[in-house]
Amino acid sequence: MRDLVIIGGGPAGMSAAIAAYENGITDVLILERDENLGGILQQCIHNGFGLHKFGEELTGPEYAWRYEEKVRALGIECKLNTMVLDVSNDKVITATNAQDGIFQIQAKAVILAMGCRERSKGALNIAGSRPAGIYSAGTAQKFVNMKGYLPGKNVVILGSGDIGLIMARRMTLEGAKVHAVCELMPYSGGLARNIEQCLNDFNIPLKLSHTIVKIHGKDRVEGVTIAKVDERRKPIAESEEYIPCDTILFSVGLIPENELSKSAKVDLSAITNGAVVDQDRQTSVEGIFSCGNVLHVHDLVDYVSEEAEIAGKAAVEYINGNKDKNILIPIKTDGKVRYTVPQTITKEKDVAVYFRVSDIYKNVKVNVSDGNEVLFSKKRVKVAPGEMESVTLKKEVFAKAKELYFSLEEM
Amino acid sequence: MERKLTCIICPLGCELTVQTEGKNVVDVKGNTCPRGKVYAENECTNPQRTITSTVRCSDGGLVSVKTDKPIPKEKMLECMAVINETVAELPISIGDVIVDDVFGSKIVATQNKA
Ligand code: SF4
Repeated sequence: MRDLVIIGGGPAGMSAAIAAYENGITDVLILERDENLGGILQQCIHNGFGLHKFGEELTGPEYAWRYEEKVRALGIECKLNTMVLDVSNDKVITATNAQDGIFQIQAKAVILAMGCRERSKGALNIAGSRPAGIYSAGTAQKFVNMKGYLPGKNVVILGSGDIGLIMARRMTLEGAKVHAVCELMPYSGGLARNIEQCLNDFNIPLKLSHTIVKIHGKDRVEGVTIAKVDERRKPIAESEEYIPCDTILFSVGLIPENELSKSAKVDLSAITNGAVVDQDRQTSVEGIFSCGNVLHVHDLVDYVSEEAEIAGKAAVEYINGNKDKNILIPIKTDGKVRYTVPQTITKEKDVAVYFRVSDIYKNVKVNVSDGNEVLFSKKRVKVAPGEMESVTLKKEVFAKAKELYFSLEEM
Repeated sequence: MERKLTCIICPLGCELTVQTEGKNVVDVKGNTCPRGKVYAENECTNPQRTITSTVRCSDGGLVSVKTDKPIPKEKMLECMAVINETVAELPISIGDVIVDDVFGSKIVATQNKA
């Protein structure tokens, strides 16, 4: 029997482990499938991490090291190269590695911190065969930053998520020519700073409302046909344009990796593709918590760390026997607010609610009501789907509410 | 002259409107914090960027690196050329200086390598 088992040794897992340890539970085990801690940050060699958390700009490996150093200093046990096969609903973890073979651990509490993966291009229906030279942006990032291998010389990127933007700059610096970044939507899902410093700095055109309609080439990519799309996102035939290239990168979004959450029978949200959680990041299964990108995709790792601290502390409370949920307030949204995390409030304490919107809105009020009366309201000059928002609600605000309703009011 | 910029100092990415007279910045609007004003002034007079990349190690592997200070923006590709002809001796600790002086900045390791 272990007190706390954490699945995943990326930024979420490490931060949760440290928070639990520092709050009094020292019997913590991290299970990580890679040979190193750090998760995806290991390949994110660019800077921009840690401004919020550490007040300075760090690269991914540096940010990860801040946590790994602490995990080591505290002597928190980590099993690397360890693949978790199953998590049961009564918190039995089945895992495997070369030393221990297949083994099982009963835990008092489990924190799911498996992170996310890239949406696969297979989900996109593009005409043409599937020649060599097509990669997800994250795979290309791994090739370039960890193996030292440039996947191609002439590149077109579909999707303007942050990894795609970062890779446009990275491949340009390594000598490739990035001909265009095509984005299906009329706005980019990436951060404004990345459009500026990754595309504009190198005169890489960002083609909004554009998509790839055909991939040319049999053995190797020879080019793409791109086209503008109309309001219903259907390609406009007259706008077709051919771009010769040898490489296509897809950066079409991230999706939480929740196979293990499913095996634990945790309720999942159809919107976030992650678990439904309360303010403690506790899932529908008592004693199983979820945090980081496996819960919902974050744009800043700083917020991943923060969320994981919440889960780590709450797991300690849970193990120490503080299990009472004195209230149950579901949080609903109007669609303009696409989702919130947490989705329920089960304790009468101040709570930070994170949310994303479904489109770009200017000059809006974020309203939190109990269905009848607005309890809290906050003005925002601009909100965008790519940028996570948050409001902090004092416990007095929702004390009497049966449910909370998040909506946007255009002014 | 009026110039539109996106501040790249933090993830908020404020849209800045800059008024310039010749080479001088006379007014900055749209910045949420003072760092945005400094960024706008630098961007109009001496734009600078931090470079992050990888350096080949003596064992054939890679170590991630960065410039410890931003370098002039127009020197980015020259800086990359220096990075790409460098071979770093192992072991390497985070913060170790890999190249001493590249356009006034040092290339430092951002990773440990045994
Ligand atoms: S002006 Fe300040 S808040 Fe706005 S992007 Fe720049 S650093 Fe961030």
